Amino acid sequence: MALVLTEEQQMLRDSARGFLDEKAPVSALRKLRDTNDETGFSRDLWKEMAEMGWAGILVGEEFGGADFGFVGAGVLAEEMGRTLTASPFLSTSILAATALQKLGGDAQRQEHLPKISAGEAVFALAVDETRKHGPQKTAMKAEKYGNGFKLSGDKTFVADGQVADKIIVAARTAGAPGDAEGLTLFLIDAAAKGVARERTVMVDSRGAARLKFEGVEATGDDVLGEVDGGLAALEGVLNAGRAGLAAEMSGSAQTAFTMTMDYLKERKQFGTEIGAFQALQHRAAHLYSEIELMKSVTLKALQDLDEHYGMAGIICSLAKAKAGEVAKLASQEAVQMHGGIGMTDEFDIGFYMKRIRVAQEMFGDAAFHADRLAAMRGY
Amino acid sequence: MSDLETFRKDARAWLEENCPAEMRDGAGGEENICWGGRNWEFQSEAQKTWLNRMAEKGWTVPAWPKEYGGGSLSKEEVKVLKSEMRDMKARSPLESFGIWMLAPALLKYGTHEQKLHFMPPIARGEIRWCQGYSEPNAGSDLASLQCKCEDKDDHWLVNGQKVWTSYADESDWIFCLVRTDPKATKHNGISFLLIDMAAQGVSTKPIKLISGKSPFCETFFDDVKVPKEHASGIAAIVGDLNRGWDVAKYLLTHEREMISAGGGGLFGGRGMGEIAASEIGLEGGRLADPMLRGKIAQAEIDGWAFLLTLERMKDEAKAGQGVGANSSMLKYYGTEFNKRRFELLMDSGGSEALEWEGERTKDGKLARSWLRTKANSIEGGTSEVQLNIIAKRILQLPGA
Repeated sequence: MALVLTEEQQMLRDSARGFLDEKAPVSALRKLRDTNDETGFSRDLWKEMAEMGWAGILVGEEFGGADFGFVGAGVLAEEMGRTLTASPFLSTSILAATALQKLGGDAQRQEHLPKISAGEAVFALAVDETRKHGPQKTAMKAEKYGNGFKLSGDKTFVADGQVADKIIVAARTAGAPGDAEGLTLFLIDAAAKGVARERTVMVDSRGAARLKFEGVEATGDDVLGEVDGGLAALEGVLNAGRAGLAAEMSGSAQTAFTMTMDYLKERKQFGTEIGAFQALQHRAAHLYSEIELMKSVTLKALQDLDEHYGMAGIICSLAKAKAGEVAKLASQEAVQMHGGIGMTDEFDIGFYMKRIRVAQEMFGDAAFHADRLAAMRGY
Repeated sequence: MSDLETFRKDARAWLEENCPAEMRDGAGGEENICWGGRNWEFQSEAQKTWLNRMAEKGWTVPAWPKEYGGGSLSKEEVKVLKSEMRDMKARSPLESFGIWMLAPALLKYGTHEQKLHFMPPIARGEIRWCQGYSEPNAGSDLASLQCKCEDKDDHWLVNGQKVWTSYADESDWIFCLVRTDPKATKHNGISFLLIDMAAQGVSTKPIKLISGKSPFCETFFDDVKVPKEHASGIAAIVGDLNRGWDVAKYLLTHEREMISAGGGGLFGGRGMGEIAASEIGLEGGRLADPMLRGKIAQAEIDGWAFLLTLERMKDEAKAGQGVGANSSMLKYYGTEFNKRRFELLMDSGGSEALEWEGERTKDGKLARSWLRTKANSIEGGTSEVQLNIIAKRILQLPGA
């Protein structure tokens, strides 16, 4: 498959760009922050996105989705990264939709996927329990209780967990923290008895939560996939999220870079545009090269998810690691090259630095994925 | 059966019949290349047979038109031929600067007569060419070159010096950038001139590099008389007089593309992690040197991302998208990456990688290769020049 967007995907990109520039520029995120918005995103905007088919971008047509595949989802994530659009797209339309499509039973898919497509339900994926990503470290217990389970434990860094209607949670039905086996995914109603959530106000002004589960009851119908399905099932879902985040970071990095290049052509010091200085030119040219690499590996990861879903682990790690490092560099260079103005809250570039920092950490930073890659490559 | 499949079948049969057994060892190293030329001493009878048979078939340069010594094959057919040759581990019958550099220049800027005159001997491996670009005071700033070429009515008179002329001491002809108008602005007084190395006043001197031996030479021109026409109707200058910089720029882009495309070969063999694991060993399934392990993993990520970028740029070009100046980006990143890769290979080789002589290390093959990579980011335009080009042509930064 050629490593370029198809015409259809390009059209999706162009229409998304037009829509987001108009309806969800960075100023929209700034407003959410400045008004301490409880939801963390605009529900009206999310509804509009759903009407355009974005919420169900990965959902099959039989459930009201657009069935556009991971490349399509990545195109949208990248565009939202450009404008730093706050929406439950990652948590609901990428993570939950992937989990339900790939692991859900017929009843679960029929119940939940149409709601995702319609933008009527927000989902969150709760995996991490400690400050660094590590699904294998999961300690949350799901003990046998009658015919079902009782879930107890804490989750952290749950994107959109503050408003989610449903929570997909990874818990241990067997084994000990560190084991790849014994993990099970549950689909829990956020309003269920024993679920407590604390909204965490994050540096990027996006919504997330810490969740506490105290003896939360679940039945066999609430299991997503197999009991003791293990890490492999969860990793597939995480890989989709990682590629989505890579695409988002790619969009953010490219925009931060464009803003910086514009600034280099306009800001004058010592009687000339600062972009005429070779010290800045070479750093800009290096960053340009890195961004091109990031774009290639991100697109490849999305294509592989579409074509070889079960074998895309290594390329998704590559994309997440590379995008994390490049986006970090892009945001750092952006602030530095903007000088004093880059440090002001009034100017937008800081929002990019903040969001990139969060996206970089989510579902494994560059070190996590380099380590994972080395392990998969046998060294 | 499609035409292409028929071609594949026929090509395979022909190769099976005509490629000598000794030429099927997959040896692709520089030491096994057949360069051709008047002074060429074949390493074996098989090498000679292989060259002659392929040349006769037009397959030393399969994509060239038949009248210029090629096989007139389509792009797809060339691909099939190369893959068949790879499958049987056939060596390349002929490599040369004539094929890589001069021919593309002639095809784009030469007259029909020049092509007919110069290209078939290149295809047959009879004439070996070298490239005279850089001068002692014109490296990165190539357009400041001073090699003087005066119009003496019936001939050109050349005086000056070239440096980094690969294999000049073994070549028959040189294609050269010379200054034909000293009064014009620096890019506008340069011409692309073809000179017979056997002419009186041409001399060469090899340059030894930090890696030991090297193919590079200095080339001197002392009152060298170059006829205006090498034969009736065959001009010595390619392209227009004083427009040699156009040809040079075209070839430099072409060269960068070749160098960056060579990046694909980087990953043909074993991965860095695998090599390090066999040299240093594993502890608990992980490379016994955890810091090196991290560096290698990061380098593998970048290397992979670079390969995918080569692929994407090719696909974009096919789809009519993309940016032309990206060859500078690929040249910059690919050569810097290759240096980094060899530093890591030296790190994992440890003291054993430091041996310079002796059979155990094939006379310090790794150490010499490591040193050789340092030239990657200098030759064909330094990394800094590539960054300048990216800043100017792609990012359109002011004053660049």
